[in-house]
Amino acid sequence: MGVGTPPFQRFLEEHGPDVYRFLVASVGRHDADDCFQETFMAALRAYPRLRPGSNLRAWVMTIAHRKAMDTHRSRRRRPEPVGSVPDRAGRPEDDGDPGVWRRVRNLPPRQRQAVVLRFVGDLPYQEVARAMGTTDAAARQNVRLALRRLREEMA
Amino acid sequence: MSEIERALRGAEIPGDDVEAAVVRFLRRAERDGPVDVAYEVVDSPLGPLLVAVTARGLVRLSYGDEGDVLEELAGELSPRVLRLPGRTDEVRRELDQYFEGRRRGFEVPVDWTLTRGFTRKVLRATARIPFGRLSTYRDVASRAGSERAYRAAGNALGSNPIPIVVPCHRVVHAGGGLGGYTGGLGRKQFLLTLEGSLDATRR
Repeated sequence: MGVGTPPFQRFLEEHGPDVYRFLVASVGRHDADDCFQETFMAALRAYPRLRPGSNLRAWVMTIAHRKAMDTHRSRRRRPEPVGSVPDRAGRPEDDGDPGVWRRVRNLPPRQRQAVVLRFVGDLPYQEVARAMGTTDAAARQNVRLALRRLREEMA
Repeated sequence: MSEIERALRGAEIPGDDVEAAVVRFLRRAERDGPVDVAYEVVDSPLGPLLVAVTARGLVRLSYGDEGDVLEELAGELSPRVLRLPGRTDEVRRELDQYFEGRRRGFEVPVDWTLTRGFTRKVLRATARIPFGRLSTYRDVASRAGSERAYRAAGNALGSNPIPIVVPCHRVVHAGGGLGGYTGGLGRKQFLLTLEGSLDATRR
């Protein structure tokens, strides 16, 4: 059957778990689900226009990255809950999140997205750069800065 | 690899969360997603059946589970293929009734997109053979417009994308032999027995 675009069901099964991990790392458990829905609805809309043989992983991670950025932007616009106001049924937002991801979310946006795309999204630098609309060098630099900062914090 | 890198890569999240997110997505897609082909695998006395529908109607029915059928549908129709049980409910209901002996004809509309030319003519002629009746390869070839093309008619029936609903099992040899069946002769016998027409064939 050649290298036609796979059925969306297969695409969802293959990349859904990794996209979800990426989103938890990027926006936290609370918002990951909404972002996941938005990501795959956008992917479903655009899917028939994909060129056969496209890098599906990089493509869907790029969409997820944009949805995560939207979420961070809209969060900045709405008033931050003060201190440790619990959200959702009294559970703190980060409940159950792996600790290192919680720290990642406090990084400056570009460092955060670069490091998450690279190590949780598992994209090569070239694809990280493409997703973020930067150069390879800038992507590497953002990852380096992020790692240095995390190392300092966790030391 | 640094320790931080390992921690980033290795962090685990609950698998249930992922599954719940996928289920919610499918529910949303079922409600208002631009899905071109919806399918489900349903149980039947003949084993699992893959049922696929488009906006036009039933487009594919296949013995067994997914196999390569999803890839076939993606290639032939559209890659927007999703497992959405809700959209196949009507077909499943009619199939259940048929297998329980409570239904003699199918009402779900058929989407003939996967057939063309002479094959489509043969299959359309086949779709008109009533429950409990039999026809011959020569007869369906003739009704498709070419009596002498009965071998081609046999091939057309063998490529039927919608068995059971387009009842190619009702076509047998003029001499009384059962002929062939893509799903296996056992299934053909089962269907003809269910319809009470197996005795009519001299085997």
